[in-house]
Amino acid sequence: MNSTNEGTNIGPYEERVKDFSWDAVSRELGHEDGAPLNIGWYCTDRICKQGLGGKTALIWESTQGEERKYTFDQMRLYSNAYAKLLQELGVKDGERVAIYLDRVPSLYFSLLGILKLGAIAVPMFSAFGEEALQVRLANCDAVACITSPRLARKLRKARPGLPALKRVIVVDVDDESKLKGDEMAYSVEDAPPVDDFPVFPATEETPSLLHYTSGTTGQPKGALHVHGSILSQYITTKWVMDLKPDDVYWCTADPGWVTGISYGVIGPWSLGATQLVLEVGFIPARWYSAIEKHRVSVWYSAPTAIRLLMREGEEIVKQYDLSSLRHLCSVGEPLNPEAVIWSEKVYGLPFHDTWWQTETGAIMITNYPGMEVRPGSMGKPFPGTAAAVLDDRFEPITEPNKPGKLALKPPWASMFREYWGNRTIYESKFKNGWYITGDRARIDEDGYYWFEGRDDDVINTGGHLVAPFEVESALLEHEAVAESAAIGTPDKVNMEVVKAYVALKSGFEPTKDLELSIMNFVRKRLSPLAMPQYIEFMDKLPKTRSGKIMRRVLRAMDRGEPIGDISTLEDE
Amino acid sequence: MAMQDLIIEYIKDEYLEEDDEVGLDTPLISSGIVDSFSMVSLKTFLENKYNISIPDEKAAPEAFDTVRKIIDLVHEFNPDAE
Repeated sequence: MNSTNEGTNIGPYEERVKDFSWDAVSRELGHEDGAPLNIGWYCTDRICKQGLGGKTALIWESTQGEERKYTFDQMRLYSNAYAKLLQELGVKDGERVAIYLDRVPSLYFSLLGILKLGAIAVPMFSAFGEEALQVRLANCDAVACITSPRLARKLRKARPGLPALKRVIVVDVDDESKLKGDEMAYSVEDAPPVDDFPVFPATEETPSLLHYTSGTTGQPKGALHVHGSILSQYITTKWVMDLKPDDVYWCTADPGWVTGISYGVIGPWSLGATQLVLEVGFIPARWYSAIEKHRVSVWYSAPTAIRLLMREGEEIVKQYDLSSLRHLCSVGEPLNPEAVIWSEKVYGLPFHDTWWQTETGAIMITNYPGMEVRPGSMGKPFPGTAAAVLDDRFEPITEPNKPGKLALKPPWASMFREYWGNRTIYESKFKNGWYITGDRARIDEDGYYWFEGRDDDVINTGGHLVAPFEVESALLEHEAVAESAAIGTPDKVNMEVVKAYVALKSGFEPTKDLELSIMNFVRKRLSPLAMPQYIEFMDKLPKTRSGKIMRRVLRAMDRGEPIGDISTLEDE
Repeated sequence: MAMQDLIIEYIKDEYLEEDDEVGLDTPLISSGIVDSFSMVSLKTFLENKYNISIPDEKAAPEAFDTVRKIIDLVHEFNPDAE
C-alpha cells in the first residue's frame, strides 16, 4: 500500500532518522535545560499560555448520550483544583495516588492534578475485581484513591488489605448518605476555582506514573515512568498520529492501561489537540455515530475492536458519514493483514500498526503516515530508537527474516525506570546492553519488523497482557480446584484468550455449571480479561519431577502440535 | 422461575454490586455493566440453562445489550424456553 509523505508532520522517514535529536524535541516543546518539566503543566497551562485556553480539549459523551465539552483553560483550573485538594488532604510529592474510575471527566482532571502536585498517579482498570485492585494498590502503598460510587463498593472490599490507603475521594456522588466511613464526596465543577497552583518543579527524572503490567511469574509489576516521558509521547503523537491543529482525535483505549494515558492524555494534550472520550463500551453503532457527530479525523484503536467491526460488516458503515476520518492507527497486539486491507476497502484508509509496551511508555516501532504500509508488519523503528532482533546469546541477528528476540537499546525518554520495589526483575530485563521486550520478531530485507509471537508464557488478550500465574493463583482459591494452569489459546477476535486446565478436588464433578462457576469466580477476583473462556478438566496436570506445571505441554496439546521433550515429566 | 426473572437474577448476582437494579431495558453492554469479555460468561450461562448453542456471529454486543434482547435471542434458538 503506497502513499506519500507530502503534508505529513514527519515528512520523509529516512531524513528524520538521520537528523533526530532529543534536544530538538525538548526545544520544540519549549523546555530549556534545567527548567521544570511537569506533564500536568505541559498538558494544560502551557497550552493556555500559547493562547489556546479557549480551545476544546475534551469532548466527553456519556453512556446515556449526554455531551460535555471542556476547554484547555477548564482543564487547567480543574486539574489545579484536584492538586490543591490532594495537597490539603496531606498527600505529598512522590506518594502514590490511585485513580479507579470509568471514563468520566474527573479521571482526566485528577490525573493531571496528581501530576501537578508531584505525586505519582496509578491508573487502575475499572473492570478490575477486588483482588486485582488490592494486589496492585498494596504493592505501591497507595495513600489515596479517587473513585466513583459504583467502584467504591469494590474498593471497600479490597480496603482491609490496604493499610496505607488513608483517603478515598468519591466523585459524581448523587447520594452522600451511601458513602461509608471516611469516604469523601467531591465535585470539582462545584468547588471554588483554583486559578493558580504552584506546580511541582519536576525534572525529567521525577516519577510520574505507575502502570501495572503482567509478567510470566509472580504478581503484576508496576512499571514506573517519569515526567521526561512527555518528550517521547509528544513527538510520537505528532509524527505517528500526525495530529494537526484542527484534528479531532479519538483514542479508544481505556485509561486504566498505558495507551489510554500516553496517547489518551499526554500525547494529544501536550500538542494542544482536541480529543473525544466516549464513556460507552464497544457498540459499533455508537462508535460510528460518534465519529460522524464529532467529525473525528484521527482514530487510534486496537485490533480486537477492528476485528469486531469487521464482523459487523460493511452495511452498517454505509449508514454513517465517516468522511472526516483521515488517519487510522492501531495498537495492542499484531494487526493482521486482513484487517489492514479491510479498513482500506471500507474506510478508504489503512490502519497503521504501532508497536510498544507498558515498559517503553511510547511508540517504538510503527508504520508512519506517508510510508508504504506492509499489511501485517509492525513497521520501522521510531527515529532515535535503536531496535534489533537478538539471538540466544543476545547478539544482533543480521540475516534478514531470521526470527529472534526483539530488543531496544536504552535509554529513551519514556523508558520505564524500575518495577516498583522489584529491582531484581527490572535488571533481568536488560541483557548485553539491550532491553529485552519478551516479543519475538524478524526484520525483512527493507528494514520492516514482523511480529512472530511472545517469547514467554504471558497471554496477550485483546491487547492486554495477562499473567498465567495470577490466573492460576485465583483458580486455586476456588473451592473445587486442586491444580490449575493457564495458557493463551488462539482466538479470531482477541488474538488469544485465557484457557484454564483444572484438576478437581475429590468430591467435585466436572459439570457445565461448575465450569461457569469457575469462570465467574476468576472474573470477579481479577478481571473479565483474566476470566478463562475455556476450561478443560483433567485428572492431573502435566508437571516436571520438581512439581512445576508444564504450560508448554498444555499449549502444544491445545494447538495440536508435537509435545516435544517430556523427559522431565513427572511419572513418565 | 420465569426466564426474565432468572436472567435478571443472574445478572444481578454476577455483574452488579448490592443495591443495583436492572430491568428489561437496562443497557448492559453499552453501559459497561457487562463488557465484551464478560459476555462470554453470560452466553455460557444462557447456553447451559436453556440447552442452546449461540454461534459467534449471533453473539454481537447489541444482541446482549438488554434483558429483553437476550430473551429474544434465547427464543431464536429455543422457542419453547420459558
